[in-house]
Amino acid sequence: MVKEVPSTKARRWRRDRILLAFVLPGLLYYLVFQYGAMFGSSLAFLDYVPFLGLKDSRWVGLDNFERLLGDADFWRATLNTVEISLLQLVFFFPAPLALAMLLHSIMHVRIKRFVQSVVYLPHFISWVIVVALFHQMLGATGVLNGLLADGGLHTVQILGNPDAFKPMLVAQVIWKDTGWGTIIFLAALMQVDEQLYEASAIDGAGPWRRFWHVTLPGIRTVVVLLLVLRLGEILSVGFEQILLQRDSVGAKAGEIIDTFVYYRGVQAGDFGYAAAAGLFKGVVGAILVYAANKISHRLGESGVYQ
Amino acid sequence: MTAVRPKWQEPPRPVTSFAKAVTVVVVLALVTVPFLVVVSTSLADPRDVVANGGWVIWPERPSLAAYREILNGGIVGRATLVSLAVTIVGTALSLTCTVLLAYALSRPGVYGGKPLMLLVLFTFLFPPGIIPAYLVVKETGLLNAYAALIAPVLVNTFNLVVMRGFFQSLPSELYEAARLDGASEWKMLWRITIPLSRAVLAVIGLFYAVSYWNSWFHALLYLDDPAKWPLQLVLRTYVLAGGQLADPSAGEAGLMSAPQTVQMAVVVLATIPIVLVYPFLQRFFVRGVLAGAIKT
Repeated sequence: MVKEVPSTKARRWRRDRILLAFVLPGLLYYLVFQYGAMFGSSLAFLDYVPFLGLKDSRWVGLDNFERLLGDADFWRATLNTVEISLLQLVFFFPAPLALAMLLHSIMHVRIKRFVQSVVYLPHFISWVIVVALFHQMLGATGVLNGLLADGGLHTVQILGNPDAFKPMLVAQVIWKDTGWGTIIFLAALMQVDEQLYEASAIDGAGPWRRFWHVTLPGIRTVVVLLLVLRLGEILSVGFEQILLQRDSVGAKAGEIIDTFVYYRGVQAGDFGYAAAAGLFKGVVGAILVYAANKISHRLGESGVYQ
Repeated sequence: MTAVRPKWQEPPRPVTSFAKAVTVVVVLALVTVPFLVVVSTSLADPRDVVANGGWVIWPERPSLAAYREILNGGIVGRATLVSLAVTIVGTALSLTCTVLLAYALSRPGVYGGKPLMLLVLFTFLFPPGIIPAYLVVKETGLLNAYAALIAPVLVNTFNLVVMRGFFQSLPSELYEAARLDGASEWKMLWRITIPLSRAVLAVIGLFYAVSYWNSWFHALLYLDDPAKWPLQLVLRTYVLAGGQLADPSAGEAGLMSAPQTVQMAVVVLATIPIVLVYPFLQRFFVRGVLAGAIKT
């Protein structure tokens, strides 16, 4: 019945020849568009002139990076990036957890499902549309200011106001992704052992004490893991979201590292310099993500990398 | 359809139930009211919209005039076709490449599997920057081609890792039995893996489709010719025109003067496909998202 042993060399080669063909299109993509781009980062060490190309542009070593370190605009962009990240950490990060607990406590299955369907939806809406919705609601001619004016109250300038820009960005992220973020917390909440709740209730613990002594310890690992991973991405805040709105408040309040790269490189044509800023962010970001993963392993969790 | 409250849990106090109900209603309103306002405004009579200061909560005299205007052979109609085509072709290509690569990487002991996986995972750590990515597109001659909207984002590493993780979780006995019957890898992928992975394929297909449909920055970066722009980038111009955002690089004179009803009709048009496919795929979300995301 057994004609060939599955692990003979001939068999394995035949199997793998087909598998390697499966790999080809994907591999080609990774080599050209991921590793090609990584190689293209060498732009950061050149005085790049598009007409001359990579080969013939002048090698300038670390000049671009030196310029970068002395560039106040770059540091302001970095500071803005970190500020926005920290604001998100404080105000956005707990939001899905809170909503997940609310959802988890809804007993009526159909109501729960309905609310879930509604709150997941904004995650799939593009940033262009989200910004358009916010304009329609909070802009100068939007719903909020219309209602305020009808009520004889002062109108408020929320959009296009540099002081309100960062909180505004966080509010948009909360609107878009709180619902989606509940998925992982809901899964964690459902994994908490039901018997622990029962035992502590029998011992006389009320809802708050059960929350404190059963729920929180039960979901702690997931919360810590997500928090650590988020810290690793502190230099990445929504590029598309901010690029759409940066001009409404100017560079001082609205520039982040990614938009700095875009404006210096693509708009102003200073490719080598912009690539240096991008590479700086890439290297620091890689170190942070790597460290975050190491830490999450330390905490006994498996991170994204096994 | 109410789950049974466990015996140990005390019955909820009326105050708690009320507060919970109010919170749920507020959350639902925060999500849905902006959509309602946009849809209503797009359907309203332009004079009512102007009289009310730029928006209405309910169209008193509903009309489809705004939709007729944008779909009447202008830039929006064209952009919609571009977006649809890029989304359909892109999703098909991305899903195919991701499935093939994930399948090969999920088979135990495949030649070169480990280094290949490292090669893939390293890109997580070091994603390409904007400028180098632009350079690659330029060097490969894809500038101003629709392919520039697909090729640079063909395989998403996160999706790939999730899919591979799911494939690996399928029982290996199935493959062994199929192999004894002389099935080729191609047959095993087609007859075993894909039928058992419908949920994951649906979710990842949705993720790809949504990202293609929603994408606008790549078009801005790689396509100089506004006639080739997808809907979201055209919409960006409308957003800019509608709001106080001023970007001299996006000066489409014809759109600047578009009335609010027309702008909102474009917003609705750009949202509709998402809302249409959403209910069908929603039941797969949780399974698909959690499949390989974080193993605990």
